[in-house]
Order: sequence, then structure tokens, then C-alpha cells
Amino acid sequence: MNTSHTPTVEFIDVHTSFGDHVVHRGLNFSLFPGEVTTLLGPSGAGKTIILKLIMGLTSARAGTVRIMGREMATISDRELRELRVHLGMLFQGAALFDSFTVFENIAYGLRERGENDQATLTRIVKEKLSMVGLSGMEYKFPPQLSGGQKKRVGLARALASSPKIMLYDEPTTGLDPTSTRKIDDLIVKIAKEESITSLVVTHDIQSARRISDRWMLLSKGTICADGSSRTLAEQNSLVSDFVSGTWKDEL
Amino acid sequence: MSQAKSYLRALGSYALLVWSIAIDIYRHGLDIREIAKHIVAIGIRSLPIVLLTAVFTGMVLALQTAYGLQRFGAKNYVGNLVGLALARELGPVLTAVMVCGRVGAGIAAELASMVVTEQVDAIRALGGDPIRRLVTPRFVAGVISMPLLAGSALLVGIGGGAVVAVGELGISAHQYYRSYLYAVQIRDVVDGLIKSFAFGGIVVSIACYKGLACRGGTEEVGRTTTSAVVTGSLAVFVSNYFITKLLIILNFK
Repeated sequence: MNTSHTPTVEFIDVHTSFGDHVVHRGLNFSLFPGEVTTLLGPSGAGKTIILKLIMGLTSARAGTVRIMGREMATISDRELRELRVHLGMLFQGAALFDSFTVFENIAYGLRERGENDQATLTRIVKEKLSMVGLSGMEYKFPPQLSGGQKKRVGLARALASSPKIMLYDEPTTGLDPTSTRKIDDLIVKIAKEESITSLVVTHDIQSARRISDRWMLLSKGTICADGSSRTLAEQNSLVSDFVSGTWKDEL
Repeated sequence: MSQAKSYLRALGSYALLVWSIAIDIYRHGLDIREIAKHIVAIGIRSLPIVLLTAVFTGMVLALQTAYGLQRFGAKNYVGNLVGLALARELGPVLTAVMVCGRVGAGIAAELASMVVTEQVDAIRALGGDPIRRLVTPRFVAGVISMPLLAGSALLVGIGGGAVVAVGELGISAHQYYRSYLYAVQIRDVVDGLIKSFAFGGIVVSIACYKGLACRGGTEEVGRTTTSAVVTGSLAVFVSNYFITKLLIILNFK
């Protein structure tokens, strides 16, 4: 495993709220390169919001979110755009642009970052499509793809700019076992081969067991368990209750 | 009190959106290809309903005014009233309301769907700007299309009035057009087009604001669409008074 001890993502006493609704009450954790971390927790606990805090799509009320050494609270719009080149996110429903072809979807982020050379775009798109096992799909539109294919195109799009941090929001929800396996294998392959920091939000425990180096359990606005996926599932009563479906803790 | 606060917050967010459009145009200029695409969607595809509305409005105006005017033996002045009403008020306002119903609803639904399916977040995550990609081209297309639609509505509405005037009221075509040309000055047409220009911006920016402000699941998309049409139409009627007042003040200076 190619991990470094310099964290790429740091959350220090992060509080988040929307109006009167408090979501996070002091989050503290760090993520490292080459490590696949799975974030578990009940629905509505604020797992996706953690991904959005990392992407800079929403902001914390208090505390420090530091991504690749940059504090998100003080980052300018231009710096945020530059930082996002190093971040990739696979959205829950893939979030492909329906009016764009697969090629245009994958090339979109590259074009936004000033890459307009058609030969370079074609090379990158073909390379990323081949990586996710969808070669030859360039000119299909998203409505012509299956759920699993959409997720893989979303993954290819997120990987197009060769990010250092990959975020996955429910990457295998609604997929058949074969597609789930393919996505799981890709997550691990990408993290290990490219030494990418990976944070996965999922409710799919089997998938979480397969891909993770580390688990974090989010409940009542804090990380209430954090450690190696093997030891946590066996030794932490909160995690073992959550995994077995016998957890009684309220949100 | 909290209701008033939320209205004020919405008004502030809307003002910020309009400001962002202005900043985007200033910094990045205009994407002509995208704007042309939206002119087709907003302008050309709205033409049939706008013209149909205009022709029947012209016809009914001719009928109504003729009955009033003939009591004073002034039936020949139908052209004056039809022309003035269409050029200054009904042309721009009815066009804006029809475009709001057709285009405003479409824009709000499209953007709201993009929000709930996280496509707007995806644009930002991929280094794009939703204002530049989704809002500015539609806004500029609305501002360009609306006066063109209102101008077409004026011409067709006058034609509709002429059909009734000549066919049913027995006024000669020559007399109808002479009374129209006598009453309607260039200034009236220009004022109407200025209004349409403003209505184009108002209708599209409100639809974009409503779409992007959509929160929640897919059931919210329907509510957002309804709200965009109602708010857009109301904004047209309310702003019409103030723009008219402003134009009158400027014209008399």
C-alpha cells in the first residue's frame, strides 16, 4: 500500500448547520494518499455533506477544513477552481449531463480548465473509458446507458483530470452484483495504482468490506468510530451493531 | 416576520444572481453559439403561440373598440386604438406572459431537475460555473428574443385588427392603416420594445433563479415550475407600471 503520512484532507472541529438544523458537531479526522476510507452512518447523518465540504460545494459554520494544505474558509474562487483540478467526485446518480454525449461529459471538466486540443481530449477520453471498461461508448448519450454504465462514465469523468483525491457518493447503490464488483475493483485499483486519497460514502456493507482500508462511523454529528475496517467490524460494538442492522442509536 | 425575512432573503439572492450575470458578461463576454441555441428555444419556438395570441388580441380589440367608437360616429378610428394598445401595452405584456408560461416554465423545470440530480454541483465540481454555463446564455437570449417577438406580435396583431375592421366592421383597409399611422408614433413602438427588452430579462432571470434555488427531491420540480410562472407573470405586470411611468417621465423631459 502506497500511503503517505501527510494528510491530503483534514477536518478540525468542523461544525455544519443549515438554518436551525445542526448537521455536524465537531468533526475531526484526516485522510491520507493511497488509503480507501469508507464513511458509514445512518441516512441523513450528513455523510454527503462531508463530501461537499471537501469539494467546496458547501461551507462549514465553524472549524477548519484543509484540503491539500489549503484552508477552505479563506480560499478564493480562483484558488478553489485550481484546487478542484485535484479533486474528483462520483455523484450518487452519476450526475451526467443528459444533453451531452459520453465524450462531451468526460471532456467537460478538461474544456473548463482550458484544454481545447481535440487530439488531447480524444486521447484522455479514450484512456479513461478504457480504464472503466467502456471503450467505444464515446458517442452514446446518458439515457442510452444502464445504471452501472452511467456510474462508470461518471467515474471516467471524475478521473479525467487525474485527481489526487477521489470522493464517491453511494457508488454501488442500485447496481447489480456484477456492476457493483466492477466499481469496487475500480475504486481499489485507482486508489492503489495512482496513490489517490479515496473517501467512499456507502450503505453497501459488503462493498465497504471489499474496498476499505479504514472505516469511519458518523452519528449524531460526530465521527464515533474510526479505525481499520477489519478490527472495527469485530471489536467496536457501535460498528458491529450498525453493520448487523441491530443499531438502535437515533440520529 | 420569518415570512418577511425569507422574502427579503429571496430578493437578495435574486439580486445576487442578476449581479453575477452582469459580472460574468463583463469578465467572459458572450458565448454566441450557446446564445444562438437558446434564441431558437426561447424565441423561434415561442413564435407560434405569441403570434396566435397577438392575432386574436388584435381582432378582439378591433371588435370591442368599434362598438364603443361607433356611438360617437368614430368607428374609423379603430386603427388608432388597436395600434396604440398593441404597441405600448398589450404587445409587450401579452408576449412576456406567454413566453413566461412557455419558456419560463421550461427553464425553471430544466434547471431544477439539474439541481436535484446534482448536475449543477457536477458543473462546479468539474471547474465550471453554473452562471456562465446555464444562466447567462439564457438571459441574453431572452433579452434579445423578447423585443423581436413583441415586434412580430405588434405586426400580426394589427393585421388581426385589420381583418375584423375590414371584414366585419366595413372600414376600408386604407382608412384603418391611415388611422393607425396617424396615432402610432415611432416613440410608441420604441417604448414597447424597451419594455419587452426588460421583460425578457425579468422573465428569464426569475425562471433561472427559481430553478437554481430548488431544494429537495423531484416533487419540488413541479412546485418550482409553477412558482416561476406565477412570480414571472406577476413581475411583468408590476414592473410594467414602473417602466411605463419611467418612460413617460423620460419622454416628457
